[in-house]
Amino acid sequence: MTSFVLRVTTRYLLPLLLIFAVFLFMRGHNEPGGGFVAGLIASAAFALYAIAFGTDKARRVLPLDPRVLIGIGLMVALASGVMGILDEKPFLTGIWIKIPIFMAPPLEIGTPLLFDLGVFLAVTGVTLTIIFALEEEV
Amino acid sequence: MIALAVISGFVFALISPWLTRRLQGAAGWLLSLLPLAQTIYFAALMAKVLIGETVTFSVPWSPALGLQFSFRADGLGLLFALLISGIGTLIVLYGSGYLKGNPDLGRFYGWLFVFMAAMLGVVLSDNLILLFVFWELTSLSSFMLIGFKHEEERSRAAALQALLVTGLGGLVMLAGFILLGQASGSYELSTLLAIGDEIRSSALYLPALILILIGAFTKSAQFPFHFWLPNAMEAPTPVSAYLHSATMVKAGIYLLARLNPALGGTPAWQTIVTVIGAATMLVGGYLALTQTDLKRLLAYSTVAALGAMTMLIGIGDSLAIKGALTFLLAHALYKGSLFMVAGSIDHETGTRDVTHLRGLGRLMPFTAGAAALAALSMAGLPPLFGFITKEVLYERSLEAGAWISAAAIFFALSNIFVAGLVAVAPFWGRTRASYPDQAKVHEAPFSMFLGPVILAGLGLLAGVSLGSVAHLLEPAISASAGQAVKVKLSLWHGLTPALILSLLTLLVGSIMYMARRPIQRILAATGKMPGPERLYAASLNGLISFAGALTRFMQSGYLRYYLTTTILATVVGVSVTFFARGGWHWPARVLDLRFYEVGLAVFILLAAINATRSPSRLSAVASMGVAGYGIALLYLLYGAPDLAMTQFLIESLTVVLFVLAFYHLPHFARLSKPASRARDIVISLLAGGMMTMLVLSLLGGQAFPSISEYFAENSYPLAHGRNVVNVILVDFRGTDTLGEITVLGIAAIGVYALLKLRGQKKNTGGNS
Repeated sequence: MTSFVLRVTTRYLLPLLLIFAVFLFMRGHNEPGGGFVAGLIASAAFALYAIAFGTDKARRVLPLDPRVLIGIGLMVALASGVMGILDEKPFLTGIWIKIPIFMAPPLEIGTPLLFDLGVFLAVTGVTLTIIFALEEEV
Repeated sequence: MIALAVISGFVFALISPWLTRRLQGAAGWLLSLLPLAQTIYFAALMAKVLIGETVTFSVPWSPALGLQFSFRADGLGLLFALLISGIGTLIVLYGSGYLKGNPDLGRFYGWLFVFMAAMLGVVLSDNLILLFVFWELTSLSSFMLIGFKHEEERSRAAALQALLVTGLGGLVMLAGFILLGQASGSYELSTLLAIGDEIRSSALYLPALILILIGAFTKSAQFPFHFWLPNAMEAPTPVSAYLHSATMVKAGIYLLARLNPALGGTPAWQTIVTVIGAATMLVGGYLALTQTDLKRLLAYSTVAALGAMTMLIGIGDSLAIKGALTFLLAHALYKGSLFMVAGSIDHETGTRDVTHLRGLGRLMPFTAGAAALAALSMAGLPPLFGFITKEVLYERSLEAGAWISAAAIFFALSNIFVAGLVAVAPFWGRTRASYPDQAKVHEAPFSMFLGPVILAGLGLLAGVSLGSVAHLLEPAISASAGQAVKVKLSLWHGLTPALILSLLTLLVGSIMYMARRPIQRILAATGKMPGPERLYAASLNGLISFAGALTRFMQSGYLRYYLTTTILATVVGVSVTFFARGGWHWPARVLDLRFYEVGLAVFILLAAINATRSPSRLSAVASMGVAGYGIALLYLLYGAPDLAMTQFLIESLTVVLFVLAFYHLPHFARLSKPASRARDIVISLLAGGMMTMLVLSLLGGQAFPSISEYFAENSYPLAHGRNVVNVILVDFRGTDTLGEITVLGIAAIGVYALLKLRGQKKNTGGNS
């Protein structure tokens, strides 16, 4: 078993790091951040958890097998591209909608956000697939 | 709507395995509703085409690559589409009976629908690249369907052979398409067909023609690529009936007929296409005589029939095109029917060997009736539709000269022989007592005799309602001939030479059928003579041993050699290009350094040096990590927070990965000799020197105007984002990113597989 300190800190760090990943992901389009970095943070969080508690526990915390995550990520990215075609524009053309918000500039949401989500999931899946597989080999 | 009609098959492919698991046998009836609806839709489109409209649909896909998601339904495309969806409906039903209770029925339907959608895509695409994508999808789904019984080695070998021959042919065809695009400036068929003269006078015409013809010939099993088709009979019979007789093998014919107005009419076209077609007709017709297996008999006669169509399109005038397309329709009807009959016989008796089969007529009346009608059409007897098409074939061949006529007569004789063997011999005579599954020889289920009966009946209907059939075929023939053609078909047009020839053929063919035993005995030995398949086997073996030799040469298994090779190749490649292009410039501004920048650089250098000199692996990895953090700090100093953040994370994760990999590495020791260490120093100095040179000279002068300003200016107006780095990743260069994450995913699967395989080997090793 690993050290007590590591296990306790990890227990609190995991949610914090995941929230941080979501934060980086959401701000990515206008401020430093984005799906790739967010994916790395999320992987680091689970990797830390796996080191502290073992991969079995880490897999249980993770809602999906990381290999499945890769596939979902690629599909999401692809789907965001196909939306362009459905709008009769070239593949991967960004499509944006404005959501009006009271007393504030309208919120703009577009397919690139979905694409970035795909990147986020794929990167997390790739990193964790490798890290878990290496750890289980030990 | 037309795009939806094509794409819907892919959706059905996804849901059909699930649906089949839920509904079992009833799924076939439900699933057949899609091709039925498609048939009705295409028939409605055909009605529009008949009054002179053409239905198109176009959405840009990747315009920079000339790629459009464009479909166009004219007479020719719709004729094929109707055959694909119409016969598809019957095949889906037939499959539910033929593979009843098979646990893999869902997988069968899934791939069948992929094929159906791809095939519709081939015949309705207006864009050549799109057509190619669908074309290769049909090869791929054909691979999965031929290899349906994947536990059997023969199935797998046949599937691989079909995939290699048609897939490689498709790639060659792509090269031809690209040349065609270069020659004409467009990938849109509708544009290309209008500028045939310009294309034919281009310097790229001949190479493009040859490459495209190879694609069409491999797909349509033309000599010398014909051998894959009989082998593909390993597939379940519904697949043989559908893919390898009625539809997929006709994709090559479709392409030839489609491109005739753009590429045809030249001496090159006429010589190559006509000669290859006639040769295929002879080879297929002859080899059919040597077979005793029902499906192989039909397969070789299909090869011959495809040859006949190819030959007629090669001749290329409106009479010949009329012959090719009427024959296409007749062949799809009778051959699809006969294949299903062969499958039913196999299903009920357990054998397909004609020498063992007889007297089934009383036991399987509906199947026998369908077989008889289809065989009469195949043999070319009036009033069936096959008679008309044979008359047109004779009429045009007689105009073309003695050699072509002789080939056509031989083809017709072989057809009569095969029709007799497949549809008369098994059903007549006294019932045999000893079939493998004797106890249960009875009529095939309704779902299995519906298809043959309908197709054979249509052959009769077409023969007696020639006016409407001519009307229906007119737009297709006009589209393929490149000019408006008035089509007239009639059962009786006087005592022409073609009719006299028909009667003679029938007489001789019947005599040949009577003498079938001795003929087959004499010819059986020649059927096994080495053919072009030898060449296929030799090149496949050659490829495998070449790959083996290359692997032994390249793959030393030592990481240090891989690294050395990679680094040296990069250094040499970059340096040669760099100096050959005169890339060297002295830096324009002398570096004005801040003290903290110098400090950081020294810090990175020290960490790097420490990594090479550290006594333990852990400290070496940690030192590398420190050097990486230093570089991340540099990014931060120069205003690239995104890069810095990514670099920090990558460095941290790399250290974690290294630590995990440590468990697998042997004890850390200094084993290398001074000489090899000196060599490594030289290599690393070279690599470092090259990078330094590159970076310094970049400061000196820019060969191209920078693109970063464009990104900075347009990031917000075009892509609604202020973080330029992220906007480039997810929007401006989204295709690159999509490619990169795909590569990442593949790499992860590779790592995973390697690690898990290693684990398995260890386990089995421990057990033994």
